[in-house]
Amino acid sequence: MMQLAVEVRNLSKTFSGGRRALDNVSVRIEPGEMVALIGASGSGKSTLLRHLAGLVASDRNADGCAVSVGGRSVQAGGKLSPEVRRIRGNIGFVFQQFNLVNRLSVITNVLIGTLSRLPLWRTLLFRFPEEERRLAMAALQRVGIADWAFQRASNLSGGQQQRAAIARAMVQRAELVLADEPIASLDPEASRRVMESLAELNRADNVTVLVSLHQVQFALRYCPRTVALRDGEIVFDGPSAALTPEKLGELYGSDAEELLLGEALTPNRAPRPTKIVGFPQPADGLAVAAAS
Amino acid sequence: MAPTPFFYPKAAGMAQTLDSLQVLSTRPPKSVRTSLGTVLLYGLGFAILAWSYSGADIRPWALIEDWGNMAVLGADFFPPDFAHWRYYLEEIIKTLQIAIWGTFLAIIFAIPFGLMAAENLSPIWLRQPVRRLMDALRAINEMVFAMLFVVAVGLGPFAGVLAIFIHTTGILAKLFSEAVEAIDPRPVEGIRATGANVLEEILYGVIPQVIPLWVSYSLYRFESNVRSATVVGMVGAGGIGVVLWEVIRGFYFAQTCAVMIMIIVTVSLIDLLSAWLRRRFL
Repeated sequence: MMQLAVEVRNLSKTFSGGRRALDNVSVRIEPGEMVALIGASGSGKSTLLRHLAGLVASDRNADGCAVSVGGRSVQAGGKLSPEVRRIRGNIGFVFQQFNLVNRLSVITNVLIGTLSRLPLWRTLLFRFPEEERRLAMAALQRVGIADWAFQRASNLSGGQQQRAAIARAMVQRAELVLADEPIASLDPEASRRVMESLAELNRADNVTVLVSLHQVQFALRYCPRTVALRDGEIVFDGPSAALTPEKLGELYGSDAEELLLGEALTPNRAPRPTKIVGFPQPADGLAVAAAS
Repeated sequence: MAPTPFFYPKAAGMAQTLDSLQVLSTRPPKSVRTSLGTVLLYGLGFAILAWSYSGADIRPWALIEDWGNMAVLGADFFPPDFAHWRYYLEEIIKTLQIAIWGTFLAIIFAIPFGLMAAENLSPIWLRQPVRRLMDALRAINEMVFAMLFVVAVGLGPFAGVLAIFIHTTGILAKLFSEAVEAIDPRPVEGIRATGANVLEEILYGVIPQVIPLWVSYSLYRFESNVRSATVVGMVGAGGIGVVLWEVIRGFYFAQTCAVMIMIIVTVSLIDLLSAWLRRRFL
Protein backbone atom coordinates (compact mmCIF):
# COMPACT_ATOMS: atom_id res chain seq x y z
CA MET A 1 0.00 0.00 0.00
CA MET A 2 1.29 3.45 -0.85
CA GLN A 3 1.78 6.01 1.89
CA LEU A 4 -0.42 9.09 1.76
CA ALA A 5 1.43 12.17 0.54
CA VAL A 6 -0.26 14.29 3.18
CA GLU A 7 -2.32 13.29 6.15
CA VAL A 8 -3.75 15.87 8.54
CA ARG A 9 -5.88 14.76 11.47
CA ASN A 10 -7.87 17.06 13.76
CA LEU A 11 -5.51 19.99 13.35
CA SER A 12 -6.39 23.12 15.32
CA LYS A 13 -4.44 26.31 15.78
CA THR A 14 -5.29 29.24 18.03
CA PHE A 15 -3.09 32.33 17.81
CA SER A 16 -2.23 34.40 20.84
CA GLY A 17 -5.15 36.73 21.21
CA GLY A 18 -7.57 33.85 20.86
CA ARG A 19 -8.20 33.95 17.11
CA ARG A 20 -8.92 30.44 15.85
CA ALA A 21 -6.96 30.08 12.60
CA LEU A 22 -7.64 26.36 12.07
CA ASP A 23 -10.49 24.43 13.55
CA ASN A 24 -10.28 20.66 13.61
CA VAL A 25 -9.00 20.32 10.05
CA SER A 26 -8.51 16.87 8.50
CA VAL A 27 -7.22 16.28 4.96
CA ARG A 28 -5.77 13.33 3.09
CA ILE A 29 -3.89 13.74 -0.17
CA GLU A 30 -2.68 10.84 -2.34
CA PRO A 31 0.76 10.90 -3.97
CA GLY A 32 0.68 12.60 -7.38
CA GLU A 33 -2.39 14.74 -6.78
CA MET A 34 -2.54 18.42 -7.62
CA VAL A 35 -4.85 20.06 -5.13
CA ALA A 36 -5.98 23.65 -4.81
CA LEU A 37 -6.59 25.18 -1.40
CA ILE A 38 -8.98 28.09 -1.70
CA GLY A 39 -10.51 30.54 0.69
CA ALA A 40 -10.76 34.26 1.36
CA SER A 41 -7.80 35.97 3.00
CA GLY A 42 -7.63 35.05 6.65
CA SER A 43 -9.37 31.73 6.13
CA GLY A 44 -6.33 29.71 7.32
CA LYS A 45 -4.72 28.63 4.02
CA SER A 46 -1.21 29.84 4.90
CA THR A 47 -1.49 28.55 8.42
CA LEU A 48 -2.40 25.08 7.19
CA LEU A 49 0.49 24.97 4.70
CA ARG A 50 2.96 26.19 7.32
CA HIS A 51 1.84 23.42 9.64
CA LEU A 52 2.48 20.85 6.89
CA ALA A 53 6.07 22.03 6.54
CA GLY A 54 6.53 22.07 10.31
CA LEU A 55 7.21 25.80 10.32
CA VAL A 56 4.67 26.23 13.12
CA ALA A 57 3.37 23.87 15.77
CA SER A 58 -0.32 23.32 16.36
CA ASP A 59 -2.23 23.75 19.60
CA ARG A 60 -1.16 21.41 22.35
CA ASN A 61 -4.22 19.27 22.55
CA ALA A 62 -4.00 15.57 23.06
CA ASP A 63 -6.96 14.37 21.01
CA GLY A 64 -5.14 12.75 18.12
CA CYS A 65 -3.95 15.91 16.37
CA ALA A 66 -1.29 14.89 13.86
CA VAL A 67 0.35 15.93 10.60
CA SER A 68 2.36 13.54 8.49
CA VAL A 69 3.94 13.85 5.07
CA GLY A 70 4.89 10.80 3.03
CA GLY A 71 4.03 8.58 6.02
CA ARG A 72 6.47 10.38 8.34
CA SER A 73 5.25 12.45 11.25
CA VAL A 74 5.92 16.20 10.97
CA GLN A 75 4.18 17.04 14.22
CA ALA A 76 1.76 15.49 16.66
CA GLY A 77 -0.12 16.91 19.62
CA GLY A 78 1.46 20.34 19.19
CA LYS A 79 5.07 19.13 19.16
CA LEU A 80 7.32 19.18 16.12
CA SER A 81 8.98 15.88 15.31
CA PRO A 82 12.71 15.76 16.12
CA GLU A 83 13.15 14.74 12.48
CA VAL A 84 11.37 17.79 11.13
CA ARG A 85 14.44 19.20 9.34
CA ARG A 86 14.97 15.95 7.44
CA ILE A 87 11.30 15.82 6.44
CA ARG A 88 11.39 19.45 5.26
CA GLY A 89 14.14 18.35 2.90
CA ASN A 90 11.48 16.39 1.00
CA ILE A 91 9.01 19.27 0.95
CA GLY A 92 9.39 22.17 -1.46
CA PHE A 93 7.84 25.39 -0.20
CA VAL A 94 6.94 28.21 -2.59
CA PHE A 95 6.03 31.51 -0.94
CA GLN A 96 3.86 34.41 -2.04
CA GLN A 97 6.81 36.81 -1.72
CA PHE A 98 9.23 34.26 -3.32
CA ASN A 99 11.56 34.45 -0.26
CA LEU A 100 14.75 34.24 -2.32
CA VAL A 101 17.96 35.74 -0.97
CA ASN A 102 18.22 38.89 -3.08
CA ARG A 103 21.97 39.36 -2.96
CA LEU A 104 22.78 35.78 -3.92
CA SER A 105 22.82 34.63 -7.53
CA VAL A 106 19.83 32.77 -8.91
CA ILE A 107 21.84 29.53 -9.20
CA THR A 108 22.95 29.77 -5.55
CA ASN A 109 19.35 30.32 -4.51
CA VAL A 110 18.42 27.15 -6.41
CA LEU A 111 21.36 25.23 -4.92
CA ILE A 112 20.03 26.08 -1.45
CA GLY A 113 17.61 23.26 -2.24
CA THR A 114 20.50 20.80 -1.90
CA LEU A 115 21.67 21.97 1.56
CA SER A 116 19.74 19.34 3.46
CA ARG A 117 21.43 16.41 1.67
CA LEU A 118 25.01 17.75 1.49
CA PRO A 119 27.62 17.35 4.25
CA LEU A 120 28.09 20.41 6.45
CA TRP A 121 31.69 21.09 5.43
CA ARG A 122 30.56 21.53 1.84
CA THR A 123 27.63 23.79 2.58
CA LEU A 124 29.62 26.00 4.99
CA LEU A 125 32.29 26.52 2.29
CA PHE A 126 29.79 27.02 -0.55
CA ARG A 127 31.33 23.95 -2.27
CA PHE A 128 28.48 22.45 -4.26
CA PRO A 129 29.37 19.25 -6.16
CA GLU A 130 29.48 19.45 -9.95
CA GLU A 131 26.48 17.16 -10.41
CA GLU A 132 24.32 19.31 -8.11
CA ARG A 133 25.31 22.39 -10.12
CA ARG A 134 24.27 20.60 -13.30
CA LEU A 135 20.99 19.61 -11.67
CA ALA A 136 20.37 23.24 -10.71
CA MET A 137 21.10 24.45 -14.24
CA ALA A 138 18.75 21.81 -15.64
CA ALA A 139 16.01 22.93 -13.26
CA LEU A 140 16.46 26.57 -14.34
CA GLN A 141 16.30 25.41 -17.95
CA ARG A 142 13.08 23.61 -17.19
CA VAL A 143 11.37 26.68 -15.73
CA GLY A 144 12.78 28.81 -18.54
CA ILE A 145 15.17 31.19 -16.74
CA ALA A 146 18.56 29.53 -17.35
CA ASP A 147 19.85 32.76 -18.94
CA TRP A 148 19.51 34.52 -15.60
CA ALA A 149 21.38 31.87 -13.59
CA PHE A 150 24.30 34.11 -12.61
CA GLN A 151 22.32 37.29 -12.02
CA ARG A 152 21.44 38.43 -8.55
CA ALA A 153 17.96 37.22 -7.61
CA SER A 154 16.87 40.83 -7.08
CA ASN A 155 17.40 41.54 -10.80
CA LEU A 156 14.59 39.16 -11.78
CA SER A 157 10.95 40.04 -12.20
CA GLY A 158 8.44 38.66 -9.72
CA GLY A 159 7.34 35.86 -12.04
CA GLN A 160 10.95 34.86 -12.75
CA GLN A 161 11.77 34.84 -9.04
CA GLN A 162 8.80 32.59 -8.40
CA ARG A 163 9.97 30.18 -11.11
CA ALA A 164 13.44 30.21 -9.51
CA ALA A 165 11.71 29.20 -6.27
CA ILE A 166 10.03 26.33 -8.11
CA ALA A 167 13.43 25.33 -9.54
CA ARG A 168 14.71 25.22 -5.96
CA ALA A 169 11.92 22.78 -5.06
CA MET A 170 12.87 20.67 -8.13
CA VAL A 171 16.52 20.54 -7.08
CA GLN A 172 15.39 19.51 -3.61
CA ARG A 173 13.85 16.45 -5.31
CA ALA A 174 10.82 17.26 -3.21
CA GLU A 175 8.06 14.66 -3.15
CA LEU A 176 5.57 17.31 -2.08
CA VAL A 177 5.43 20.96 -3.11
CA LEU A 178 3.45 23.36 -0.95
CA ALA A 179 2.78 26.67 -2.67
CA ASP A 180 1.38 29.47 -0.51
CA GLU A 181 -0.41 31.99 -2.75
CA PRO A 182 2.37 31.67 -5.36
CA ILE A 183 0.61 33.94 -7.85
CA ALA A 184 -1.01 36.51 -5.58
CA SER A 185 1.74 39.08 -6.26
CA LEU A 186 1.98 38.44 -10.01
CA ASP A 187 0.31 39.74 -13.15
CA PRO A 188 -1.94 37.33 -15.13
CA GLU A 189 0.74 36.26 -17.64
CA ALA A 190 3.37 35.60 -14.95
CA SER A 191 0.68 33.80 -12.93
CA ARG A 192 -0.07 31.52 -15.84
CA ARG A 193 3.61 30.64 -16.30
CA VAL A 194 4.09 29.90 -12.62
CA MET A 195 1.02 27.67 -12.57
CA GLU A 196 2.26 25.92 -15.74
CA SER A 197 5.61 25.25 -14.03
CA LEU A 198 3.86 23.76 -11.01
CA ALA A 199 1.57 21.67 -13.22
CA GLU A 200 4.52 20.45 -15.28
CA LEU A 201 6.36 19.41 -12.11
CA ASN A 202 3.28 17.52 -11.00
CA ARG A 203 2.73 15.86 -14.38
CA ALA A 204 6.31 14.97 -15.34
CA ASP A 205 7.79 14.06 -11.94
CA ASN A 206 4.59 12.92 -10.25
CA VAL A 207 5.23 15.41 -7.45
CA THR A 208 2.26 16.02 -5.18
CA VAL A 209 1.29 19.70 -5.29
CA LEU A 210 -0.87 21.56 -2.81
CA VAL A 211 -1.34 25.15 -3.90
CA SER A 212 -3.30 27.83 -2.09
CA LEU A 213 -5.09 30.33 -4.30
CA HIS A 214 -7.63 33.00 -3.79
CA GLN A 215 -8.76 33.06 -7.41
CA VAL A 216 -11.04 30.19 -8.19
CA GLN A 217 -10.47 30.21 -11.96
CA PHE A 218 -6.85 29.09 -11.48
CA ALA A 219 -7.99 26.24 -9.26
CA LEU A 220 -10.51 25.20 -11.92
CA ARG A 221 -7.93 25.31 -14.64
CA TYR A 222 -4.99 23.56 -13.04
CA CYS A 223 -6.23 21.45 -10.14
CA PRO A 224 -8.65 18.52 -10.43
CA ARG A 225 -9.42 18.71 -6.72
CA THR A 226 -10.09 21.67 -4.45
CA VAL A 227 -10.19 21.99 -0.69
CA ALA A 228 -12.05 25.09 0.44
CA LEU A 229 -11.48 26.76 3.79
CA ARG A 230 -13.67 29.27 5.57
CA ASP A 231 -12.74 30.69 8.98
CA GLY A 232 -10.34 27.82 9.61
CA GLU A 233 -12.78 25.06 8.74
CA ILE A 234 -12.96 22.87 5.65
CA VAL A 235 -16.28 23.63 3.97
CA PHE A 236 -15.70 21.76 0.71
CA ASP A 237 -13.40 19.00 -0.49
CA GLY A 238 -14.08 17.56 -3.91
CA PRO A 239 -13.72 17.97 -7.66
CA SER A 240 -12.94 21.57 -8.65
CA ALA A 241 -15.55 21.38 -11.40
CA ALA A 242 -18.26 21.29 -8.75
CA LEU A 243 -17.32 24.80 -7.63
CA THR A 244 -19.84 26.77 -9.67
CA PRO A 245 -20.48 30.42 -8.78
CA GLU A 246 -23.73 29.24 -7.17
CA LYS A 247 -21.84 26.72 -5.03
CA LEU A 248 -19.29 29.38 -4.01
CA GLY A 249 -22.07 31.77 -3.12
CA GLU A 250 -23.58 29.06 -0.96
CA LEU A 251 -20.20 28.40 0.73
CA TYR A 252 -18.93 31.93 1.17
CA GLY A 253 -21.90 34.25 0.91
CA SER A 254 -20.75 37.77 0.12
CA ASP A 255 -17.06 36.72 0.41
CA ALA A 256 -17.48 34.69 -2.79
CA GLU A 257 -16.76 37.81 -4.83
CA GLU A 258 -13.18 37.95 -3.57
CA LEU A 259 -12.65 34.45 -4.93
CA LEU A 260 -14.17 35.26 -8.29
CA LEU A 261 -12.15 38.43 -8.86
CA GLY A 262 -10.56 38.84 -12.22
CA GLU A 263 -12.27 37.21 -15.14
CA ALA A 264 -15.93 36.50 -14.76
CA LEU A 265 -16.51 32.82 -14.29
CA THR A 266 -18.87 31.05 -16.60
CA PRO A 267 -19.53 27.34 -16.36
CA ASN A 268 -18.49 26.57 -19.93
CA ARG A 269 -15.01 28.07 -19.57
CA ALA A 270 -14.27 26.28 -16.31
CA PRO A 271 -11.83 23.35 -16.36
CA ARG A 272 -10.10 22.77 -19.68
CA PRO A 273 -9.96 19.01 -20.09
CA THR A 274 -6.68 19.18 -22.05
CA LYS A 275 -4.90 20.59 -19.04
CA ILE A 276 -5.85 17.85 -16.68
CA VAL A 277 -5.57 14.78 -18.87
CA GLY A 278 -3.11 12.38 -17.33
CA PHE A 279 -3.70 13.47 -13.75
CA PRO A 280 -4.31 10.54 -11.51
CA GLN A 281 -7.86 10.82 -10.33
CA PRO A 282 -7.72 10.05 -6.64
CA ALA A 283 -11.20 8.74 -6.18
CA ASP A 284 -10.42 6.95 -2.92
CA GLY A 285 -8.71 9.91 -1.31
CA LEU A 286 -11.62 12.08 -2.24
CA ALA A 287 -14.16 9.77 -0.79
CA VAL A 288 -12.28 9.44 2.49
CA ALA A 289 -11.67 13.15 2.75
CA ALA A 290 -15.22 14.02 1.93
CA ALA A 291 -16.46 11.61 4.54
CA SER A 292 -14.30 13.00 7.35
CA MET B 1 -21.26 71.17 10.10
CA ALA B 2 -17.55 70.67 10.70
CA PRO B 3 -16.29 69.32 7.38
CA THR B 4 -12.79 67.95 7.54
CA PRO B 5 -10.17 70.63 6.87
CA PHE B 6 -8.91 69.23 3.59
CA PHE B 7 -8.67 70.97 0.25
CA TYR B 8 -11.11 69.28 -2.05
CA PRO B 9 -10.24 68.59 -5.64
CA LYS B 10 -11.49 71.17 -8.12
CA ALA B 11 -14.28 68.95 -9.32
CA ALA B 12 -15.81 68.87 -5.87
CA GLY B 13 -17.12 72.40 -6.31
CA MET B 14 -16.34 75.91 -5.21
CA ALA B 15 -18.71 76.01 -2.28
CA GLN B 16 -16.99 73.14 -0.54
CA THR B 17 -13.56 74.60 -1.12
CA LEU B 18 -14.59 77.91 0.45
CA ASP B 19 -16.13 76.04 3.32
CA SER B 20 -12.93 74.17 4.07
CA LEU B 21 -10.88 77.36 3.77
CA GLN B 22 -13.02 78.95 6.44
CA VAL B 23 -12.44 75.99 8.72
CA LEU B 24 -8.73 76.32 8.17
CA SER B 25 -8.76 80.05 8.92
CA THR B 26 -10.43 79.58 12.30
CA ARG B 27 -7.39 77.67 13.54
CA PRO B 28 -4.18 79.45 14.52
CA PRO B 29 -1.24 78.83 12.19
CA LYS B 30 0.90 75.92 13.24
CA SER B 31 3.93 78.07 14.07
CA VAL B 32 1.99 80.15 16.60
CA ARG B 33 0.53 77.14 18.33
CA THR B 34 3.87 75.41 18.88
CA SER B 35 5.79 78.52 19.91
CA LEU B 36 5.27 78.03 23.67
CA GLY B 37 6.82 74.57 23.55
CA THR B 38 9.70 75.92 21.48
CA VAL B 39 10.39 78.67 24.02
CA LEU B 40 10.46 76.10 26.84
CA LEU B 41 12.86 73.92 24.83
CA TYR B 42 15.26 76.82 24.23
CA GLY B 43 14.99 77.79 27.90
CA LEU B 44 15.94 74.26 28.92
CA GLY B 45 18.92 74.30 26.55
CA PHE B 46 20.22 77.58 28.00
CA ALA B 47 19.66 76.33 31.55
CA ILE B 48 21.83 73.26 30.85
CA LEU B 49 24.60 75.43 29.38
CA ALA B 50 24.49 77.81 32.37
CA TRP B 51 24.55 74.90 34.83
CA SER B 52 27.69 73.43 33.22
CA TYR B 53 29.50 76.76 32.97
CA SER B 54 31.33 76.81 36.27
CA GLY B 55 31.92 73.04 36.43
CA ALA B 56 33.69 73.12 33.07
CA ASP B 57 35.73 76.16 34.22
CA ILE B 58 34.89 78.24 31.14
CA ARG B 59 37.20 81.31 31.19
CA PRO B 60 37.08 82.94 27.75
CA TRP B 61 39.00 85.97 29.00
CA ALA B 62 41.96 83.73 29.78
CA LEU B 63 42.40 83.38 26.02
CA ILE B 64 42.73 87.16 25.77
CA GLU B 65 44.78 87.76 28.93
CA ASP B 66 47.27 85.02 28.06
CA TRP B 67 47.39 85.92 24.41
CA GLY B 68 51.13 86.58 24.65
CA ASN B 69 51.85 83.04 25.97
CA MET B 70 49.78 81.52 23.20
CA ALA B 71 51.64 83.50 20.56
CA VAL B 72 55.00 82.37 21.95
CA LEU B 73 53.87 78.73 22.07
CA GLY B 74 52.47 78.98 18.54
CA ALA B 75 55.68 80.52 17.26
CA ASP B 76 57.69 77.63 18.75
CA PHE B 77 55.76 75.21 16.45
CA PHE B 78 56.98 76.87 13.29
CA PRO B 79 58.78 76.06 11.17
CA PRO B 80 58.12 72.33 11.70
CA ASP B 81 61.24 70.23 12.11
CA PHE B 82 61.16 67.22 9.78
CA ALA B 83 64.76 66.18 10.49
CA HIS B 84 63.70 62.78 11.86
CA TRP B 85 60.91 62.15 9.31
CA ARG B 86 62.09 58.60 8.56
CA TYR B 87 61.72 57.68 12.19
CA TYR B 88 58.25 59.30 12.34
CA LEU B 89 57.20 57.48 9.18
CA GLU B 90 58.32 54.12 10.61
CA GLU B 91 56.29 54.78 13.76
CA ILE B 92 53.25 55.92 11.75
CA ILE B 93 53.41 52.69 9.76
CA LYS B 94 53.63 50.78 13.02
CA THR B 95 50.55 52.73 14.16
CA LEU B 96 48.66 51.64 11.05
CA GLN B 97 49.71 48.06 11.69
CA ILE B 98 48.34 48.31 15.23
CA ALA B 99 45.02 49.63 13.85
CA ILE B 100 44.88 46.91 11.18
CA TRP B 101 45.35 44.04 13.63
CA GLY B 102 43.16 45.58 16.32
CA THR B 103 40.32 46.03 13.83
CA PHE B 104 40.83 42.61 12.20
CA LEU B 105 40.65 40.74 15.50
CA ALA B 106 37.63 42.81 16.51
CA ILE B 107 35.77 41.92 13.30
CA ILE B 108 36.50 38.20 13.77
CA PHE B 109 35.13 38.26 17.32
CA ALA B 110 32.28 40.70 16.60
CA ILE B 111 30.70 38.31 14.07
CA PRO B 112 29.75 35.54 16.54
CA PHE B 113 29.06 38.01 19.36
CA GLY B 114 26.94 40.16 17.04
CA LEU B 115 24.90 37.12 15.96
CA MET B 116 24.52 36.02 19.58
CA ALA B 117 23.33 39.50 20.60
CA ALA B 118 20.66 39.72 17.87
CA GLU B 119 17.09 39.48 19.12
CA ASN B 120 15.82 37.59 16.08
CA LEU B 121 18.44 34.82 16.22
CA SER B 122 19.46 34.32 19.79
CA PRO B 123 17.51 33.09 22.84
CA ILE B 124 17.30 35.51 25.75
CA TRP B 125 19.56 33.50 28.08
CA LEU B 126 22.38 33.85 25.57
CA ARG B 127 21.55 37.30 24.24
CA GLN B 128 21.43 39.19 27.51
CA PRO B 129 24.82 38.10 28.93
CA VAL B 130 26.50 38.73 25.56
CA ARG B 131 24.95 42.20 25.32
CA ARG B 132 26.04 43.13 28.85
CA LEU B 133 29.59 41.94 28.13
CA MET B 134 29.69 44.03 24.94
CA ASP B 135 28.32 47.05 26.87
CA ALA B 136 31.20 46.68 29.30
CA LEU B 137 33.79 46.52 26.50
CA ARG B 138 32.32 49.66 24.94
CA ALA B 139 32.04 51.59 28.18
CA ILE B 140 35.80 51.56 28.84
CA ASN B 141 37.86 53.76 26.53
CA GLU B 142 40.78 52.35 24.52
CA MET B 143 43.21 54.45 26.54
CA VAL B 144 42.14 52.76 29.75
CA PHE B 145 42.49 49.29 28.20
CA ALA B 146 45.87 50.34 26.81
CA MET B 147 47.13 51.29 30.28
CA LEU B 148 45.93 47.96 31.65
CA PHE B 149 47.48 45.92 28.81
CA VAL B 150 50.79 47.78 29.15
CA VAL B 151 50.88 46.42 32.67
CA ALA B 152 49.83 42.93 31.51
CA VAL B 153 51.91 42.37 28.36
CA GLY B 154 54.51 45.11 28.68
CA LEU B 155 55.25 48.32 26.79
CA GLY B 156 54.87 48.15 23.03
CA PRO B 157 52.47 47.84 20.11
CA PHE B 158 50.89 44.55 21.22
CA ALA B 159 49.29 46.31 24.21
CA GLY B 160 47.83 48.81 21.71
CA VAL B 161 46.50 46.04 19.47
CA LEU B 162 44.78 44.38 22.44
CA ALA B 163 43.29 47.67 23.66
CA ILE B 164 41.83 48.51 20.26
CA PHE B 165 40.68 44.94 19.67
CA ILE B 166 38.77 44.71 22.96
CA HIS B 167 37.06 48.10 22.72
CA THR B 168 36.21 47.74 19.01
CA THR B 169 34.75 44.26 19.54
CA GLY B 170 32.16 45.82 21.87
CA ILE B 171 31.27 48.48 19.32
CA LEU B 172 31.17 46.28 16.23
CA ALA B 173 29.22 43.48 17.94
CA LYS B 174 26.48 45.99 18.78
CA LEU B 175 26.43 47.47 15.26
CA PHE B 176 26.53 43.99 13.68
CA SER B 177 23.64 42.75 15.82
CA GLU B 178 21.54 45.80 14.95
CA ALA B 179 22.10 45.07 11.25
CA VAL B 180 20.99 41.46 11.83
CA GLU B 181 17.85 42.61 13.66
CA ALA B 182 16.86 44.68 10.62
CA ILE B 183 16.96 41.84 8.06
CA ASP B 184 14.00 40.56 6.08
CA PRO B 185 13.01 37.29 7.81
CA ARG B 186 11.30 35.81 4.73
CA PRO B 187 14.41 34.59 2.85
CA VAL B 188 15.59 32.94 6.07
CA GLU B 189 12.28 31.11 6.36
CA GLY B 190 12.62 30.13 2.70
CA ILE B 191 15.92 28.46 3.54
CA ARG B 192 14.55 26.86 6.70
CA ALA B 193 11.73 25.36 4.63
CA THR B 194 14.27 23.41 2.51
CA GLY B 195 15.40 21.51 5.62
CA ALA B 196 18.61 23.50 6.16
CA ASN B 197 20.10 23.72 9.66
CA VAL B 198 20.60 26.87 11.72
CA LEU B 199 24.20 27.46 10.59
CA GLU B 200 23.13 27.21 6.95
CA GLU B 201 20.20 29.58 7.58
CA ILE B 202 22.64 32.16 8.95
CA LEU B 203 25.28 31.66 6.28
CA TYR B 204 22.92 31.70 3.28
CA GLY B 205 20.03 33.78 4.59
CA VAL B 206 21.37 36.27 7.13
CA ILE B 207 24.98 37.04 6.15
CA PRO B 208 24.23 38.00 2.50
CA GLN B 209 21.66 40.50 3.75
CA VAL B 210 23.94 42.19 6.29
CA ILE B 211 27.31 42.04 4.54
CA PRO B 212 27.19 45.56 2.97
CA LEU B 213 26.41 47.14 6.33
CA TRP B 214 29.00 45.01 8.14
CA VAL B 215 31.71 46.03 5.67
CA SER B 216 30.72 49.66 5.97
CA TYR B 217 30.76 49.60 9.79
CA SER B 218 34.12 47.79 9.81
CA LEU B 219 35.71 50.41 7.56
CA TYR B 220 34.36 53.23 9.73
CA ARG B 221 35.84 51.59 12.77
CA PHE B 222 39.16 51.10 11.01
CA GLU B 223 39.28 54.85 10.28
CA SER B 224 38.58 55.78 13.86
CA ASN B 225 40.98 53.08 15.12
CA VAL B 226 43.81 54.70 13.14
CA ARG B 227 43.09 57.87 15.14
CA SER B 228 42.89 55.92 18.39
CA ALA B 229 46.15 54.12 17.60
CA THR B 230 47.95 57.47 17.43
CA VAL B 231 47.04 58.18 21.05
CA VAL B 232 47.28 54.77 22.74
CA GLY B 233 51.04 55.19 22.29
CA MET B 234 50.91 58.02 24.81
CA VAL B 235 50.47 55.50 27.60
CA GLY B 236 53.28 53.37 26.19
CA ALA B 237 51.32 51.10 23.87
CA GLY B 238 53.56 51.65 20.82
CA GLY B 239 53.40 53.60 17.58
CA ILE B 240 53.57 57.30 16.78
CA GLY B 241 51.84 58.16 20.08
CA VAL B 242 55.03 57.25 21.97
CA VAL B 243 57.00 59.67 19.81
CA LEU B 244 54.35 62.37 20.21
CA TRP B 245 54.42 62.03 23.97
CA GLU B 246 58.24 62.22 24.05
CA VAL B 247 58.49 65.40 21.93
CA ILE B 248 55.70 67.16 23.83
CA ARG B 249 57.22 66.32 27.19
CA GLY B 250 60.64 67.44 25.96
CA PHE B 251 59.18 70.79 24.71
CA TYR B 252 60.39 70.03 21.15
CA PHE B 253 57.49 71.89 19.62
CA ALA B 254 58.89 72.13 16.10
CA GLN B 255 59.16 68.34 16.03
CA THR B 256 55.71 68.03 17.62
CA CYS B 257 54.36 70.10 14.76
CA ALA B 258 56.03 67.83 12.20
CA VAL B 259 54.56 64.71 13.84
CA MET B 260 51.09 66.28 13.98
CA ILE B 261 51.23 67.23 10.30
CA MET B 262 52.23 63.68 9.38
CA ILE B 263 49.36 62.28 11.50
CA ILE B 264 46.85 64.62 9.85
CA VAL B 265 48.02 63.59 6.38
CA THR B 266 47.90 59.87 7.25
CA VAL B 267 44.44 60.01 8.84
CA SER B 268 43.07 62.02 5.89
CA LEU B 269 44.48 59.51 3.42
CA ILE B 270 42.98 56.59 5.35
CA ASP B 271 39.58 58.34 5.46
CA LEU B 272 39.68 58.89 1.70
CA LEU B 273 40.73 55.29 1.06
CA SER B 274 38.00 53.85 3.26
CA ALA B 275 35.33 56.12 1.76
CA TRP B 276 36.41 54.90 -1.66
CA LEU B 277 36.25 51.25 -0.53
CA ARG B 278 32.78 51.74 0.93
CA ARG B 279 31.53 53.19 -2.33
CA ARG B 280 33.02 50.28 -4.22
CA PHE B 281 31.38 47.72 -2.00
CA LEU B 282 27.88 49.13 -1.65
